Amino acid sequence: MVTDISSSKTTPHMETPAAPATFKVNVPSSSTKLPATTGTLIDIDNLDFYYGAKQALFDVNLKLDDKRVTAFIGPSGCGKSTLLRCLNRMNDLIDGTEVKRGSIKIRGVDIYGKNVDAIELRKRVGMVFQKSNPFPKSIYENIAYGLRIQGQNNKVRLDEIVEKSLRGAALWEEVKDRLHESGLGLSGGQQQRLCIARTIAVSPEVILMDEPCSALDPIATAKVEELIHELKKEFTIIIVTHSMQQAARCSDKTAFFYMGKLIEYDDTRTIFMNPSNPQTEAYVSGRFG
Amino acid sequence: MKRFFDTELEQFRSHLMLMGETAIRQVRDALKALVDVDVALADRVIAADDELDRLEMEIDDEAIRYMNLRAPVATELRLVIVGMKASHDLERVGDECTTIAKRAVRLAAEPPLKPYVDIPRMANIAIEMLREAMECFLHGDTEKALAIVRRDAEVDAINKQLYRELTSFMIERPATTTRALELMFISKSLERIADHACNIAEEMVFLAKAQDIRHREELKKS
Repeated sequence: MVTDISSSKTTPHMETPAAPATFKVNVPSSSTKLPATTGTLIDIDNLDFYYGAKQALFDVNLKLDDKRVTAFIGPSGCGKSTLLRCLNRMNDLIDGTEVKRGSIKIRGVDIYGKNVDAIELRKRVGMVFQKSNPFPKSIYENIAYGLRIQGQNNKVRLDEIVEKSLRGAALWEEVKDRLHESGLGLSGGQQQRLCIARTIAVSPEVILMDEPCSALDPIATAKVEELIHELKKEFTIIIVTHSMQQAARCSDKTAFFYMGKLIEYDDTRTIFMNPSNPQTEAYVSGRFG
Repeated sequence: MKRFFDTELEQFRSHLMLMGETAIRQVRDALKALVDVDVALADRVIAADDELDRLEMEIDDEAIRYMNLRAPVATELRLVIVGMKASHDLERVGDECTTIAKRAVRLAAEPPLKPYVDIPRMANIAIEMLREAMECFLHGDTEKALAIVRRDAEVDAINKQLYRELTSFMIERPATTTRALELMFISKSLERIADHACNIAEEMVFLAKAQDIRHREELKKS
Protein backbone atom coordinates (compact mmCIF):
# COMPACT_ATOMS: atom_id res chain seq x y z
CA MET A 1 0.00 0.00 0.00
CA VAL A 2 1.33 3.42 -0.87
CA THR A 3 0.35 6.20 1.46
CA ASP A 4 0.88 9.84 0.72
CA ILE A 5 2.34 11.28 3.86
CA SER A 6 1.37 14.80 2.81
CA SER A 7 -2.29 13.90 2.83
CA SER A 8 -2.28 12.80 6.41
CA LYS A 9 -4.70 14.04 8.97
CA THR A 10 -4.40 16.81 11.48
CA THR A 11 -5.15 16.52 15.15
CA PRO A 12 -6.15 19.24 17.56
CA HIS A 13 -2.83 18.95 19.35
CA MET A 14 -0.50 19.08 16.40
CA GLU A 15 0.31 21.89 14.06
CA THR A 16 0.28 21.06 10.41
CA PRO A 17 3.65 21.31 8.70
CA ALA A 18 4.25 24.59 6.91
CA ALA A 19 5.48 23.01 3.72
CA PRO A 20 3.82 20.07 2.01
CA ALA A 21 5.79 16.84 1.90
CA THR A 22 7.02 15.92 -1.52
CA PHE A 23 7.34 12.16 -1.49
CA LYS A 24 5.50 9.04 -0.62
CA VAL A 25 6.39 6.25 1.75
CA ASN A 26 5.41 2.63 1.55
CA VAL A 27 3.47 1.54 4.56
CA PRO A 28 3.38 -2.20 5.10
CA SER A 29 -0.12 -3.60 5.17
CA SER A 30 -1.51 -4.31 8.60
CA SER A 31 -0.96 -7.75 10.03
CA THR A 32 -4.36 -7.50 11.70
CA LYS A 33 -6.15 -7.16 8.39
CA LEU A 34 -9.60 -8.70 8.40
CA PRO A 35 -10.57 -11.60 6.18
CA ALA A 36 -12.44 -10.60 3.06
CA THR A 37 -16.02 -9.49 3.55
CA THR A 38 -18.66 -10.42 1.05
CA GLY A 39 -19.22 -6.69 0.68
CA THR A 40 -21.79 -4.18 1.68
CA LEU A 41 -24.88 -5.65 3.29
CA ILE A 42 -26.63 -2.49 4.42
CA ASP A 43 -26.54 0.69 2.39
CA ILE A 44 -27.84 3.83 4.10
CA ASP A 45 -28.24 6.64 1.65
CA ASN A 46 -28.95 10.33 2.42
CA LEU A 47 -31.13 9.42 5.37
CA ASP A 48 -33.17 12.14 7.10
CA PHE A 49 -35.24 10.91 10.02
CA TYR A 50 -37.79 12.81 12.12
CA TYR A 51 -39.55 12.41 15.46
CA GLY A 52 -42.56 14.57 14.63
CA ALA A 53 -41.19 18.00 13.74
CA LYS A 54 -37.81 17.30 15.28
CA GLN A 55 -35.17 16.04 12.91
CA ALA A 56 -33.04 13.35 14.53
CA LEU A 57 -30.83 12.22 11.64
CA PHE A 58 -29.32 14.46 9.00
CA ASP A 59 -28.24 13.14 5.63
CA VAL A 60 -26.65 9.95 6.93
CA ASN A 61 -24.68 7.97 4.37
CA LEU A 62 -23.18 4.70 5.51
CA LYS A 63 -22.33 1.31 4.02
CA LEU A 64 -22.18 -1.53 6.53
CA ASP A 65 -20.17 -4.61 5.67
CA ASP A 66 -21.48 -8.14 5.79
CA LYS A 67 -20.19 -10.38 8.62
CA ARG A 68 -18.50 -7.52 10.40
CA VAL A 69 -19.09 -5.81 13.71
CA THR A 70 -19.82 -2.12 13.34
CA ALA A 71 -19.99 0.08 16.43
CA PHE A 72 -22.09 3.23 16.57
CA ILE A 73 -20.67 5.67 19.10
CA GLY A 74 -21.48 9.20 20.11
CA PRO A 75 -22.87 11.23 23.01
CA SER A 76 -26.44 10.77 24.21
CA GLY A 77 -28.95 12.15 21.75
CA CYS A 78 -26.58 11.95 18.79
CA GLY A 79 -28.90 9.66 16.83
CA LYS A 80 -26.99 6.38 17.02
CA SER A 81 -29.84 4.40 18.63
CA THR A 82 -32.34 6.07 16.31
CA LEU A 83 -30.35 4.90 13.32
CA LEU A 84 -30.02 1.42 14.82
CA ARG A 85 -33.79 1.22 15.25
CA CYS A 86 -34.28 2.42 11.67
CA LEU A 87 -32.46 -0.70 10.49
CA ASN A 88 -35.28 -3.01 11.51
CA ARG A 89 -38.00 -0.36 11.49
CA MET A 90 -38.47 -0.46 15.24
CA ASN A 91 -39.13 3.26 15.01
CA ASP A 92 -42.36 2.46 13.15
CA LEU A 93 -43.77 1.57 16.56
CA ILE A 94 -43.38 5.20 17.70
CA ASP A 95 -46.07 7.65 16.55
CA GLY A 96 -44.95 10.54 14.39
CA THR A 97 -41.66 9.03 13.27
CA GLU A 98 -40.80 9.30 9.62
CA VAL A 99 -38.00 8.77 7.14
CA LYS A 100 -38.48 11.96 5.12
CA ARG A 101 -35.61 11.48 2.75
CA GLY A 102 -33.16 8.80 1.72
CA SER A 103 -33.22 5.04 1.92
CA ILE A 104 -31.89 2.02 3.76
CA LYS A 105 -31.21 -0.97 1.56
CA ILE A 106 -30.41 -4.46 2.76
CA ARG A 107 -29.03 -6.58 -0.04
CA GLY A 108 -30.26 -3.93 -2.41
CA VAL A 109 -33.86 -3.91 -1.16
CA ASP A 110 -35.23 -0.69 0.32
CA ILE A 111 -36.56 -1.75 3.73
CA TYR A 112 -38.92 1.24 3.77
CA GLY A 113 -40.36 0.17 0.41
CA LYS A 114 -44.11 -0.28 0.17
CA ASN A 115 -43.99 -4.03 -0.27
CA VAL A 116 -41.72 -4.71 2.69
CA ASP A 117 -43.34 -6.37 5.70
CA ALA A 118 -41.79 -4.95 8.88
CA ILE A 119 -42.43 -8.19 10.78
CA GLU A 120 -40.58 -10.19 8.14
CA LEU A 121 -37.81 -7.59 8.19
CA ARG A 122 -37.39 -8.01 11.95
CA LYS A 123 -36.89 -11.73 11.50
CA ARG A 124 -33.95 -10.93 9.25
CA VAL A 125 -32.73 -8.10 11.43
CA GLY A 126 -32.90 -9.17 15.05
CA MET A 127 -32.36 -6.95 18.03
CA VAL A 128 -30.87 -7.22 21.49
CA PHE A 129 -31.79 -4.46 23.90
CA GLN A 130 -30.02 -2.59 26.66
CA LYS A 131 -31.97 -4.37 29.37
CA SER A 132 -32.40 -8.07 28.96
CA ASN A 133 -36.06 -8.90 28.36
CA PRO A 134 -36.66 -12.64 28.43
CA PHE A 135 -40.24 -13.78 28.13
CA PRO A 136 -41.78 -14.94 31.43
CA LYS A 137 -41.45 -18.48 30.18
CA SER A 138 -38.97 -21.33 30.50
CA ILE A 139 -35.49 -21.04 29.06
CA TYR A 140 -36.51 -23.54 26.39
CA GLU A 141 -39.68 -21.67 25.48
CA ASN A 142 -37.83 -18.37 25.24
CA ILE A 143 -35.98 -19.82 22.27
CA ALA A 144 -38.75 -21.99 20.87
CA TYR A 145 -41.46 -19.33 21.02
CA GLY A 146 -40.38 -17.37 17.96
CA LEU A 147 -39.83 -20.56 16.01
CA ARG A 148 -43.32 -21.80 16.83
CA ILE A 149 -44.78 -18.49 15.64
CA GLN A 150 -42.90 -19.11 12.41
CA GLY A 151 -44.67 -22.48 12.18
CA GLN A 152 -41.96 -24.80 13.42
CA ASN A 153 -43.66 -27.38 15.63
CA ASN A 154 -41.44 -30.38 15.08
CA LYS A 155 -40.20 -31.26 18.57
CA VAL A 156 -36.93 -32.81 17.40
CA ARG A 157 -36.18 -29.83 15.20
CA LEU A 158 -37.08 -27.42 17.98
CA ASP A 159 -34.79 -29.28 20.39
CA GLU A 160 -31.98 -29.03 17.86
CA ILE A 161 -32.42 -25.31 17.30
CA VAL A 162 -32.77 -24.57 21.02
CA GLU A 163 -29.51 -26.36 21.74
CA LYS A 164 -27.73 -24.83 18.77
CA SER A 165 -28.89 -21.33 19.71
CA LEU A 166 -27.93 -21.72 23.35
CA ARG A 167 -24.55 -23.08 22.32
CA GLY A 168 -24.21 -20.18 19.88
CA ALA A 169 -24.90 -17.80 22.73
CA ALA A 170 -22.37 -19.62 24.95
CA LEU A 171 -25.13 -20.45 27.44
CA TRP A 172 -25.78 -24.15 26.81
CA GLU A 173 -23.35 -25.52 29.39
CA GLU A 174 -24.81 -23.28 32.07
CA VAL A 175 -28.49 -24.07 31.45
CA LYS A 176 -28.68 -27.49 29.78
CA ASP A 177 -29.88 -29.12 33.01
CA ARG A 178 -32.61 -26.62 33.70
CA LEU A 179 -34.08 -25.81 30.32
CA HIS A 180 -37.60 -25.89 31.68
CA GLU A 181 -36.97 -23.46 34.51
CA SER A 182 -37.99 -19.82 34.11
CA GLY A 183 -35.70 -17.60 32.06
CA LEU A 184 -36.27 -14.91 34.64
CA GLY A 185 -34.35 -16.99 37.19
CA LEU A 186 -31.08 -16.51 35.30
CA SER A 187 -28.49 -13.87 36.21
CA GLY A 188 -28.47 -10.58 34.29
CA GLY A 189 -25.61 -11.71 32.06
CA GLN A 190 -27.25 -15.07 31.40
CA GLN A 191 -30.56 -13.37 30.62
CA GLN A 192 -28.82 -11.15 28.08
CA ARG A 193 -27.21 -14.19 26.45
CA LEU A 194 -30.60 -15.89 26.49
CA CYS A 195 -31.96 -12.92 24.54
CA ILE A 196 -29.07 -13.27 22.10
CA ALA A 197 -29.86 -17.00 21.77
CA ARG A 198 -33.51 -16.12 21.15
CA THR A 199 -32.42 -13.66 18.47
CA ILE A 200 -30.14 -16.06 16.61
CA ALA A 201 -32.67 -18.92 16.83
CA VAL A 202 -34.65 -17.46 13.94
CA SER A 203 -31.47 -17.21 11.82
CA PRO A 204 -31.35 -13.49 11.14
CA GLU A 205 -28.75 -11.95 8.87
CA VAL A 206 -28.19 -8.96 11.07
CA ILE A 207 -28.12 -8.56 14.84
CA LEU A 208 -28.63 -5.08 16.24
CA MET A 209 -27.38 -4.54 19.78
CA ASP A 210 -28.40 -1.44 21.66
CA GLU A 211 -25.96 -1.04 24.56
CA PRO A 212 -26.18 -4.77 25.29
CA CYS A 213 -23.72 -4.69 28.20
CA SER A 214 -24.65 -1.47 29.94
CA ALA A 215 -26.48 -3.32 32.71
CA LEU A 216 -23.94 -6.13 33.04
CA ASP A 217 -20.97 -6.64 35.33
CA PRO A 218 -17.47 -6.93 33.82
CA ILE A 219 -17.51 -10.74 33.71
CA ALA A 220 -20.90 -10.90 31.98
CA THR A 221 -19.75 -8.10 29.67
CA ALA A 222 -16.64 -10.08 28.74
CA LYS A 223 -18.80 -13.10 27.92
CA VAL A 224 -21.08 -11.07 25.67
CA GLU A 225 -18.08 -9.49 23.96
CA GLU A 226 -16.55 -12.91 23.42
CA LEU A 227 -19.88 -13.98 21.98
CA ILE A 228 -19.98 -11.02 19.60
CA HIS A 229 -16.56 -12.06 18.35
CA GLU A 230 -17.85 -15.57 17.65
CA LEU A 231 -21.18 -14.47 16.18
CA LYS A 232 -19.63 -12.28 13.53
CA LYS A 233 -18.55 -15.41 11.67
CA GLU A 234 -22.20 -15.96 10.86
CA PHE A 235 -23.96 -12.65 11.41
CA THR A 236 -23.54 -9.00 10.66
CA ILE A 237 -23.55 -7.16 13.97
CA ILE A 238 -24.20 -3.53 14.69
CA ILE A 239 -23.66 -2.43 18.25
CA VAL A 240 -24.47 0.86 19.93
CA THR A 241 -22.22 1.43 22.88
CA HIS A 242 -21.20 4.18 25.26
CA SER A 243 -18.08 2.27 26.17
CA MET A 244 -15.14 3.35 24.05
CA GLN A 245 -13.17 0.33 25.18
CA GLN A 246 -16.00 -1.95 24.14
CA ALA A 247 -16.18 -0.38 20.70
CA ALA A 248 -12.41 -0.70 20.38
CA ARG A 249 -12.38 -4.31 21.56
CA CYS A 250 -15.38 -5.64 19.67
CA SER A 251 -15.84 -3.82 16.41
CA ASP A 252 -14.15 -3.89 13.04
CA LYS A 253 -15.55 -0.54 11.99
CA THR A 254 -16.77 2.40 14.01
CA ALA A 255 -19.16 5.20 13.12
CA PHE A 256 -19.11 8.35 15.24
CA PHE A 257 -22.29 10.43 15.37
CA TYR A 258 -22.83 13.88 16.76
CA MET A 259 -26.07 15.86 16.80
CA GLY A 260 -27.76 13.57 14.30
CA LYS A 261 -24.90 13.61 11.83
CA LEU A 262 -22.40 10.96 10.92
CA ILE A 263 -19.09 12.65 11.65
CA GLU A 264 -16.66 9.88 10.83
CA TYR A 265 -16.77 6.24 9.76
CA ASP A 266 -13.65 4.17 9.42
CA ASP A 267 -11.83 1.08 10.57
CA THR A 268 -11.99 0.93 14.36
CA ARG A 269 -8.23 0.89 14.52
CA THR A 270 -8.10 4.18 12.63
CA ILE A 271 -10.85 5.78 14.72
CA PHE A 272 -8.97 4.97 17.92
CA MET A 273 -5.46 5.56 16.63
CA ASN A 274 -5.69 8.39 14.16
CA PRO A 275 -9.18 9.76 13.54
CA SER A 276 -9.55 12.32 10.75
CA ASN A 277 -12.00 14.58 12.51
CA PRO A 278 -11.04 16.59 15.61
CA GLN A 279 -14.55 16.01 17.02
CA THR A 280 -14.04 12.26 16.81
CA GLU A 281 -10.67 12.58 18.51
CA ALA A 282 -12.18 14.73 21.25
CA TYR A 283 -15.00 12.25 21.82
CA VAL A 284 -12.96 9.04 21.86
CA SER A 285 -10.46 10.77 24.17
CA GLY A 286 -13.26 11.71 26.53
CA ARG A 287 -12.84 15.44 25.97
CA PHE A 288 -16.50 15.99 25.23
CA GLY A 289 -19.78 14.15 25.27
CA MET B 1 -13.51 20.07 27.58
CA LYS B 2 -10.62 19.99 30.00
CA ARG B 3 -10.32 16.84 32.02
CA PHE B 4 -9.04 16.62 35.57
CA PHE B 5 -6.11 14.45 34.48
CA ASP B 6 -4.96 16.63 31.58
CA THR B 7 -2.18 17.99 33.79
CA GLU B 8 -0.68 14.48 33.85
CA LEU B 9 -0.15 14.64 30.10
CA GLU B 10 1.30 18.13 30.34
CA GLN B 11 3.73 16.91 32.94
CA PHE B 12 4.62 13.92 30.77
CA ARG B 13 5.39 16.21 27.83
CA SER B 14 7.42 18.54 30.06
CA HIS B 15 9.48 15.66 31.38
CA LEU B 16 10.26 14.46 27.87
CA MET B 17 11.31 17.97 26.83
CA LEU B 18 13.47 18.25 29.95
CA MET B 19 15.05 14.92 29.11
CA GLY B 20 15.75 16.11 25.57
CA GLU B 21 17.41 19.29 26.83
CA THR B 22 19.46 17.33 29.36
CA ALA B 23 20.63 14.85 26.71
CA ILE B 24 21.64 17.67 24.35
CA ARG B 25 23.56 19.39 27.17
CA GLN B 26 25.34 16.11 27.91
CA VAL B 27 26.49 15.73 24.28
CA ARG B 28 27.69 19.32 24.22
CA ASP B 29 29.55 18.96 27.52
CA ALA B 30 31.08 15.62 26.57
CA LEU B 31 32.44 17.17 23.38
CA LYS B 32 33.72 20.22 25.26
CA ALA B 33 35.41 18.00 27.84
CA LEU B 34 37.20 16.18 25.00
CA VAL B 35 38.20 19.20 22.96
CA ASP B 36 39.18 21.41 25.91
CA VAL B 37 40.83 18.51 27.75
CA ASP B 38 38.62 19.35 30.73
CA VAL B 39 38.64 16.35 33.06
CA ALA B 40 36.44 18.05 35.65
CA LEU B 41 33.74 18.63 33.03
CA ALA B 42 34.05 15.02 31.84
CA ASP B 43 33.49 13.85 35.41
CA ARG B 44 30.38 16.04 35.63
CA VAL B 45 29.04 14.49 32.42
CA ILE B 46 29.56 11.02 33.87
CA ALA B 47 27.82 11.99 37.10
CA ALA B 48 24.93 13.73 35.31
CA ASP B 49 23.95 10.52 33.51
CA ASP B 50 22.01 9.55 36.62
CA GLU B 51 19.65 12.43 35.88
CA LEU B 52 18.75 10.95 32.48
CA ASP B 53 18.32 7.50 33.99
CA ARG B 54 15.99 8.94 36.59
CA LEU B 55 13.98 10.87 34.00
CA GLU B 56 13.59 7.77 31.83
CA MET B 57 12.19 5.80 34.75
CA GLU B 58 9.90 8.67 35.69
CA ILE B 59 8.57 8.92 32.14
CA ASP B 60 8.03 5.15 31.97
CA ASP B 61 6.20 5.26 35.26
CA GLU B 62 3.98 8.14 34.11
CA ALA B 63 3.27 6.41 30.79
CA ILE B 64 2.35 3.09 32.39
CA ARG B 65 0.18 4.84 34.93
CA TYR B 66 -1.59 6.85 32.23
CA MET B 67 -2.21 3.80 30.04
CA ASN B 68 -3.40 1.83 33.02
CA LEU B 69 -5.76 4.40 34.49
CA ARG B 70 -6.75 6.76 31.66
CA ALA B 71 -7.07 4.34 28.71
CA PRO B 72 -5.70 6.81 26.16
CA VAL B 73 -6.60 6.60 22.48
CA ALA B 74 -5.61 8.38 19.27
CA THR B 75 -3.07 11.22 19.74
CA GLU B 76 -2.81 10.59 23.45
CA LEU B 77 -2.06 6.92 22.96
CA ARG B 78 0.58 7.75 20.37
CA LEU B 79 2.05 10.38 22.68
CA VAL B 80 2.43 7.93 25.53
CA ILE B 81 3.95 5.22 23.32
CA VAL B 82 6.29 7.64 21.59
CA GLY B 83 7.22 9.26 24.90
CA MET B 84 8.39 5.92 26.27
CA LYS B 85 10.37 5.10 23.16
CA ALA B 86 11.93 8.54 22.82
CA SER B 87 12.92 8.60 26.48
CA HIS B 88 14.69 5.28 25.96
CA ASP B 89 16.58 6.79 23.01
CA LEU B 90 17.52 9.82 25.09
CA GLU B 91 18.72 7.62 27.92
CA ARG B 92 20.96 5.80 25.44
CA VAL B 93 22.26 9.17 24.23
CA GLY B 94 23.23 9.80 27.84
CA ASP B 95 25.07 6.45 27.95
CA GLU B 96 27.02 7.37 24.82
CA CYS B 97 27.96 10.69 26.43
CA THR B 98 29.26 8.83 29.46
CA THR B 99 31.37 6.68 27.14
CA ILE B 100 32.74 9.76 25.40
CA ALA B 101 33.48 11.46 28.74
CA LYS B 102 35.31 8.43 30.10
CA ARG B 103 37.43 8.22 26.97
CA ALA B 104 38.04 11.99 27.15
CA VAL B 105 39.47 11.48 30.65
CA ARG B 106 41.83 8.80 29.38
CA LEU B 107 42.87 10.86 26.37
CA ALA B 108 43.56 13.85 28.62
CA ALA B 109 46.47 11.92 30.12
CA GLU B 110 48.21 11.69 26.76
CA PRO B 111 49.35 14.15 24.09
CA PRO B 112 46.73 14.87 21.42
CA LEU B 113 46.86 12.61 18.39
CA LYS B 114 45.63 15.26 15.99
CA PRO B 115 43.63 18.47 16.06
CA TYR B 116 39.92 17.77 16.57
CA VAL B 117 38.07 18.76 13.40
CA ASP B 118 35.77 15.93 12.33
CA ILE B 119 34.66 14.89 15.80
CA PRO B 120 33.31 18.36 16.69
CA ARG B 121 31.67 18.48 13.25
CA MET B 122 29.97 15.16 13.89
CA ALA B 123 28.99 16.17 17.40
CA ASN B 124 27.49 19.44 16.20
CA ILE B 125 25.43 17.66 13.54
CA ALA B 126 24.26 15.11 16.12
CA ILE B 127 23.35 17.90 18.56
CA GLU B 128 21.44 19.71 15.84
CA MET B 129 19.60 16.53 14.90
CA LEU B 130 18.63 15.94 18.50
CA ARG B 131 17.52 19.53 18.98
CA GLU B 132 15.41 19.43 15.82
CA ALA B 133 13.90 16.08 16.81
CA MET B 134 12.77 17.62 20.07
CA GLU B 135 11.37 20.61 18.16
CA CYS B 136 9.40 18.14 16.05
CA PHE B 137 7.96 16.83 19.29
CA LEU B 138 6.83 20.33 20.20
CA HIS B 139 5.45 21.32 16.83
CA GLY B 140 4.58 18.08 15.05
CA ASP B 141 6.64 19.11 12.03
CA THR B 142 7.04 15.88 10.07
CA GLU B 143 8.94 17.51 7.20
CA LYS B 144 11.67 18.49 9.61
CA ALA B 145 11.59 14.98 11.08
CA LEU B 146 12.19 13.46 7.66
CA ALA B 147 15.07 15.89 7.05
CA ILE B 148 16.67 14.61 10.26
CA VAL B 149 16.41 11.03 9.06
CA ARG B 150 18.09 11.98 5.79
CA ARG B 151 20.88 13.79 7.60
CA ASP B 152 22.01 10.61 9.30
CA ALA B 153 23.98 9.67 6.18
CA GLU B 154 26.17 12.74 6.69
CA VAL B 155 27.21 11.56 10.15
CA ASP B 156 27.75 8.00 8.94
CA ALA B 157 30.07 9.30 6.21
CA ILE B 158 32.21 11.29 8.66
CA ASN B 159 32.39 8.28 10.95
CA LYS B 160 33.65 6.10 8.12
CA GLN B 161 36.15 8.72 7.02
CA LEU B 162 37.47 9.00 10.59
CA TYR B 163 37.72 5.23 10.81
CA ARG B 164 39.90 5.12 7.70
CA GLU B 165 42.05 8.01 8.88
CA LEU B 166 42.57 6.55 12.36
CA THR B 167 43.36 3.11 10.91
CA SER B 168 46.12 4.74 8.84
CA PHE B 169 47.48 6.36 12.00
CA MET B 170 47.65 3.00 13.73
CA ILE B 171 49.38 1.31 10.78
CA GLU B 172 51.89 4.06 10.32
CA ARG B 173 52.56 4.72 14.00
CA PRO B 174 51.58 1.77 16.19
CA ALA B 175 52.31 3.87 19.29
CA THR B 176 49.15 5.83 18.53
CA THR B 177 46.93 2.75 18.63
CA THR B 178 45.44 3.34 22.07
CA ARG B 179 44.57 6.97 21.36
CA ALA B 180 43.30 6.15 17.86
CA LEU B 181 41.04 3.45 19.26
CA GLU B 182 39.67 5.84 21.87
CA LEU B 183 38.83 8.31 19.12
CA MET B 184 37.27 5.57 16.98
CA PHE B 185 34.97 4.65 19.83
CA ILE B 186 34.13 8.30 20.43
CA SER B 187 33.29 8.64 16.75
CA LYS B 188 31.12 5.54 16.96
CA SER B 189 29.34 6.97 20.00
CA LEU B 190 28.55 10.15 18.10
CA GLU B 191 27.29 8.11 15.17
CA ARG B 192 25.02 6.23 17.59
CA ILE B 193 23.77 9.52 19.06
CA ALA B 194 22.76 10.58 15.54
CA ASP B 195 20.99 7.22 15.13
CA HIS B 196 19.03 7.89 18.31
CA ALA B 197 18.10 11.34 16.98
CA CYS B 198 16.81 9.59 13.85
CA ASN B 199 14.80 7.18 15.94
CA ILE B 200 13.23 10.08 17.80
CA ALA B 201 12.46 11.83 14.51
CA GLU B 202 10.77 8.69 13.20
CA GLU B 203 8.81 8.42 16.42
CA MET B 204 7.66 12.02 15.97
CA VAL B 205 6.27 11.18 12.53
CA PHE B 206 4.30 8.39 14.17
CA LEU B 207 3.11 10.80 16.85
CA ALA B 208 1.94 13.39 14.35
CA LYS B 209 0.58 11.16 11.61
CA ALA B 210 0.31 7.60 12.94
CA GLN B 211 2.62 6.44 10.18
CA ASP B 212 5.47 4.06 10.82
CA ILE B 213 8.44 5.12 8.70
CA ARG B 214 11.09 2.96 10.35
CA HIS B 215 13.43 0.96 8.15
CA ARG B 216 12.44 2.86 5.02
CA GLU B 217 15.80 3.21 3.34
CA GLU B 218 14.35 5.33 0.55
CA LEU B 219 13.67 8.08 3.09
CA LYS B 220 17.35 8.46 3.78
CA LYS B 221 18.01 9.49 0.21
CA SER B 222 17.54 13.20 -0.30
